[in-house]
Amino acid sequence: MRQTDATVQTAPAGSASTGGKIAVRGLNFYYGEARALKDINLMLQVNKVTALIGPSGCGKSTLLRVFNRMYDLYPNQRADGEVLLDGENILDPALDLNLLRSRVGMVFQKPTPFPMSIYDNIAFGIKLYEKLGKSELDGRVESALRRSALWDEVKDKLSASGLSLSGGQQQRLCIARTVAIKPEVILFDEPCSALDPISTSRIEELIDELTDDYTIVIVTHSMQQAARVSQYTAFMYLGELIEFDDTNKIFTKPHEKRTQDYITGRFG
Amino acid sequence: MARYQARRRTDAVARALCVAATVFGLGWLALILLAVLWGGFGGLSLSIFTQMTSPPGAHGGLLNAIVGSLIMTALGVAIGTPIGMLAGTYMAEYGRYSKLTFFVRFINDILLSAPSIVVGLFVYEIMVARMGHFSAIAGGVALAIIVIPVVVRTTEDMLLLVPGSLREAAAALGMPRASVIGQVAYRSARAGLITGVLLAVARISGETAPLLFTALNNQFFTANVNAPMSSLPAVIFQFAQSPYKEWHRLAWTGALLITVAVLTMSVAARVLSARAANK
Repeated sequence: MRQTDATVQTAPAGSASTGGKIAVRGLNFYYGEARALKDINLMLQVNKVTALIGPSGCGKSTLLRVFNRMYDLYPNQRADGEVLLDGENILDPALDLNLLRSRVGMVFQKPTPFPMSIYDNIAFGIKLYEKLGKSELDGRVESALRRSALWDEVKDKLSASGLSLSGGQQQRLCIARTVAIKPEVILFDEPCSALDPISTSRIEELIDELTDDYTIVIVTHSMQQAARVSQYTAFMYLGELIEFDDTNKIFTKPHEKRTQDYITGRFG
Repeated sequence: MARYQARRRTDAVARALCVAATVFGLGWLALILLAVLWGGFGGLSLSIFTQMTSPPGAHGGLLNAIVGSLIMTALGVAIGTPIGMLAGTYMAEYGRYSKLTFFVRFINDILLSAPSIVVGLFVYEIMVARMGHFSAIAGGVALAIIVIPVVVRTTEDMLLLVPGSLREAAAALGMPRASVIGQVAYRSARAGLITGVLLAVARISGETAPLLFTALNNQFFTANVNAPMSSLPAVIFQFAQSPYKEWHRLAWTGALLITVAVLTMSVAARVLSARAANK
């Protein structure tokens, strides 16, 4: 890796560091024999938004899917190196995956409401971890829906199918579902790429509000989006982390020529 | 222009052939349905559903055969569906990438097209011969063996249609595998799974060969599954071969009943799967 300074290893220089949430050290990822991530080192700051950008196939989604071990669902995918969540290596094979995923939530590219009512979409996840009374559960569902700015639109039809909502509403339902189980980290995998501009801006506002309580990582193809929502940005290319710094710096005076070429639209 | 005319002629010929083939196929089906209706409708009366099959010359009904068919079909579905569903679930979910799944799928395809008389003989050997007598339970087992491959196939296919993104989303919430399958995948594939069972029911309700070797027949009413039991196909088989007019008439009516039942279930299965596809 051609790093210009030590910033890639730790918190980006010049930031008022609030402490690391996830530390990635020497991470490699393989799809069968193909090496998709090469020696990634990265520190994600607590209660901040970190954007992962780069051209298609650069490994940004792959990296995101390491943080909740999503790749474990598939054979022939493996990672080595270290990914420390509050100091605990989540690549440890003995780790309880369901527990990890309750701490690290994920919102996907396409909205994926479950084929059940709006209420159950949210209550379902909560009930996996907590035994709550009816009124308490109602309260949790409501606060999750309020949190994701969906409450006013659905409060009168909580028993309607989650599939009956519009695309943007479905995506906010998925965010509510994720928020409801109180994770510490939320991963967004191109959460707006299937949405119209108005829905997109609502989701972006939402992400901004969520940073009060959550550490957020977002993969995006839109550089404007990265600039709007994130405090830190990592630029990846061909499985390598090229540059990681304050979002401002990445978009105004990047160290690396490749970063500059990408953000100015010369390739990618 | 000449080329265009030639293409139009080719199109007309191809279209005519397609339509002719369709009409030819559907024509026979229509003829069969008409013949069954023609032969069976006249015999429909309340006594069909209230009286037992009769000795030649007497007036009788089909009650014992109808009830027998219902009982043995229910047995076949009750035994075959859970096994088929679990196997299909293994293949689509837990063992999607395993060699065992590949192997089971191959065997299942063979079983799917196995002649049903072979199934009847097989159950005769393992159950009837050992127990020393024919029985409805043996008939139910034979039907279950026909149900299993149908349900395995549809369960696997329907679960494979559930988008992987939905499974990932459920797993991302920290849901254990069993909940992901039971609460999300099954729910999403529900209409398809029910369709599979309905198709299996439709398939076995007309089966004769496996029942002849297992449940045999019974001219009296019985609900005892440890005894020989009557069924509509077996009665049709026996009565249609007889020289008696009344028996012929009952056989036609029995055929009509089965046809209507199977048709209803097939239509229901169609409607359900269309609804599932639209979701």
